[in-house]
Parts: sequence; structure tokens; C-alpha cells
Amino acid sequence: MPDGDPIIEIHNLDKFFGDFQALSDISLTVSSGERVVICGPSGSGKSTLIRCINRLEEHSAGELSVDGIKLNDETRNIRAVRMEVGMVFQQFNLFPHLTVLENLTVGPIRVRKLSKSQAEERARQYLERVHIPEQAEKYPAQLSGGQQQRVAIARSLCMEPRIMLFDEPTSALDPEMINEVLDVMVELASTGMTMVCVTHEMGFARKVADTMVFMEEGRIVETAPPATFFSNPSSERCRMFLDQILEH
Amino acid sequence: MLGQILNLVRSRPASVALYLIIVYLIARLSLTGAEAMGYNWQWYRIPDYLYRLTDDGFQWGEIAIGLVTTIELSVTSFVFATALGLCLALLRLSGLLVGTAVAVAYLEFIRNMPLLVLLYLIYYVLGPIFGLNRYSASVLCLAIYHSALISEIFRAGINAVGIGQWEAAKSIGMSTGQCYRFVILPQSVKFMLPPLTGEAVHLIKSSAIVSVIAVAELTTVGRNLISDTYMSFEIWFTVAAVYMVVTLILSVGVTRLERRYAVKT
Repeated sequence: MPDGDPIIEIHNLDKFFGDFQALSDISLTVSSGERVVICGPSGSGKSTLIRCINRLEEHSAGELSVDGIKLNDETRNIRAVRMEVGMVFQQFNLFPHLTVLENLTVGPIRVRKLSKSQAEERARQYLERVHIPEQAEKYPAQLSGGQQQRVAIARSLCMEPRIMLFDEPTSALDPEMINEVLDVMVELASTGMTMVCVTHEMGFARKVADTMVFMEEGRIVETAPPATFFSNPSSERCRMFLDQILEH
Repeated sequence: MLGQILNLVRSRPASVALYLIIVYLIARLSLTGAEAMGYNWQWYRIPDYLYRLTDDGFQWGEIAIGLVTTIELSVTSFVFATALGLCLALLRLSGLLVGTAVAVAYLEFIRNMPLLVLLYLIYYVLGPIFGLNRYSASVLCLAIYHSALISEIFRAGINAVGIGQWEAAKSIGMSTGQCYRFVILPQSVKFMLPPLTGEAVHLIKSSAIVSVIAVAELTTVGRNLISDTYMSFEIWFTVAAVYMVVTLILSVGVTRLERRYAVKT
């Protein structure tokens, strides 16, 4: 269990979409270096919660600060947070008009103001880390889903963020490609990166998570270390959910 | 019976034959019509108005010079229309209530006014106030008129790029401007090229209207030549053909460009 300083602090967060309340009174603290896995049935607000952390969704009430920066309407704060928070999406969202290498360098060059050669050196280094250095000159459409998702992870890492968010990174993948992405994520976890993952991959969760969070209907129902969470969850709902997804 | 005839008409040789017959009939009709009027065809004089070889050497004719003005006018107007159209589209997409209101009002105002009236308004009303000459009034008029339509093309092109691209770009810390510049607009181009080409063709054609304030472009040249020579048929046919050649070249060129874009991504 990492005992770093708190890096994400969420207090009493509410989020409404019109009349629909997607998040209710969420409080969660993530320490530097901690790996948090969030699970729960679909529509429980997991994705909305992590999307609030880099302000892709605007929270309606409560407080949220990342690395000491308070997230509010201040555009400068939002961009500062986004530079420190990488995000990996279910649908990869690579830039289709750019090559793999350009996908990885556009952020560092335009946002971090690195030189082209520095950015490319860094990009190749991270492509190595996700095990696809040979694909640098290709376009995303020429890669398999698993390769695209690894490029997406590398793209986020090229910004050298302090926190990585994963929004169901393996849900859109063919089964045979899930492991190559999870392997990269496990390796990333071993470097001490702070990670918040929304996923149904419980094998991965057991392996890397420091903290499991179970959500339902916009609330955090249970927060526990994986040992307790999987063997002896305190809430009935959580037990039922685990039974359902661990059945096979 | 009817089915058999339809099948025959659908076959390629029959279509070609039918097409040629129709073209022949139209040509025949206008020729006999002209003959009945006692029209004196003087096609041999037309090349002189395109170019001349005199003792001084090669010289462009009036029609060629008029064409150059038309192209100059169209290109300048198109550049301004595109810039203005992009601003309008961004204003409309800005999410600001004021931005949307201004853009929509502009769009509706321009879309619901005849081009000719807009030209008169600019030349006779704004012209004296701001000291616009014929040429700049024409450029302004064409740019304003077409910017409204172009802004809609931009808006559609921008909206055609998925929300995921925005989120990915923002999540690596890009500002809204950077998102547009490096991620969204480059991808919108392929959606916008075909309708933008159509709009460019439309602009070249509507540039003919500035002949009413006597800007020396292709149509004005045509009118002047006719009042000098009385060769209405030949000159108007020629002018029409010149417009057609220019717009066809444009369309074919852009189609080629699109194919190259399509291969790349």
C-alpha cells in the first residue's frame, strides 16, 4: 500500500445531466503511486467519475483537486491538470490523420513545447515500452485494436503525466488482444505510476490494485483493498456483482 | 412492351445514341432558328477576342483579359469568404449565446436576400459611406454572400469529426485553438472539400453579376463586345463555354485532390 501524499482529492462531488443525477456525494482520495480500480454495473457513474478528474465532465457540486490544483472554471487550471493527467479511452481515439509517431509527438511539441527531435526521441522510447517500436510510421487504421490501444497509452505517457486514467481500456477489444494491453498496464503499474482504472478485468485488478472501489447508481458503495474486496465484501450488492462477473 | 422499351433505353449504346440525338436536335433548333431570323454567323471573328497574333507579337484578346479579372475577383472573394465563413462557423460553435445569435442572424440575413440586392446595397449605400470602388464593393459582396454558405459547410465538416477526437486532444492538454488546428480541422477537410468546390464553382458563376456595376470581368466584356459587334450569339456562346471550362477544370482538379487525401488516411 503506497503511503504517498494525496494527489487526487474528491469531496462530496455531485454531477447532474439535466435532471438525472449521475454522481451523488462522491468522496475519494487517491495517494501518489496508488492504483485504484473502479468497478460496478453499467450506468453506475464510473466513467463519469474519472472523466470529472480531468474535467472532460464538469462536476455540478463538491470539490475536486488534482496535484494540489483545484478544478473549477479557471481554464488555466484545467489545462494544467490535463497536462498531469493522462487518459486512455475505450475507443482509443487516436488521431487518424497522423502517423503513430505524430500521434505521440503532437502533444509534447504543441503543449509541452519540446523540440521535434526531443519529442520523437521520447516517443520512440515509449513505443518501445508498449512493445511496438516498429509501427512508428504507420497510420492508426493500419494497426490492430490492441496495437492502437497501446499507442494510445504511449501517447498519454509521452506527456509524462503523474496520473493515468483508464476508461474501460479493454472493453472494445477482441478477446485475444486484451492481454497485450493489460500486460502494458501491469508493467506501467510496476513503475509506480498513480493509476485510476475503470475496468471489468478482475484478474488485472487482483494483480495491481491497491484499492478497489465499487460503485452503484452514482454512489461509492464500497472501498476496500483487493484481499478484503474479493473474499469478503461488506455489501450485499457488491457480492452479487462479483458473483455475476466472476462466475465463469 | 413498355418494359422492353425501358430496357432498350437503359442499354449503353442506346443511351449514347439518344443523347446524341437530343444534342443534335437542340443544335439544329437554334441554328434553324437563327437562320430564320436571318442571323449572320461570324464565328471566324471570335478567336481574335481570345488572342491575337499581330506584328507586335502575341496579344491576349478582350475575353481572355476579362477572364483574368473574373478569376482574380473570384479567388480574392473566395479567400475572404472562406476566412469569414470559418470565423462564423467557429462563432456559431463557440457555445457562447452571443456568438450563436450573431452567426445565425448574419446567416439568415444573407441567405434571404437576393445577391443583386446585396450588391446594390453594398455599392450604392456602403460604397459612398466607406469609399468603396467598384472592384472592392464586388469583392465584399461576393465574400459576404458566400461566407454565409461556406460557414455552414465548415460547421458540418467540424461536426462530422467525432467527439472522441475532442476528448483525446483535450486530455493531452490542448487548448481549444490547438484542438481545432492540429486535430479537428485537418480531419474536417475531407468532409468539406466536395461542398467547398461546389461553392467555388457557384462563386465563379455568381461573379457575373458584378457586370451590373461595370466591373470589367468576363460578362461585362461580353456585353461590351456585343454592343460593338452585334454578334450576340457567338459571344454569349463563347462566354458560356469559357465559364464552363474554368469550372470544369476546378471540379476535376479537386476530385483528383480528394482521391489523394482518401488514399492518405
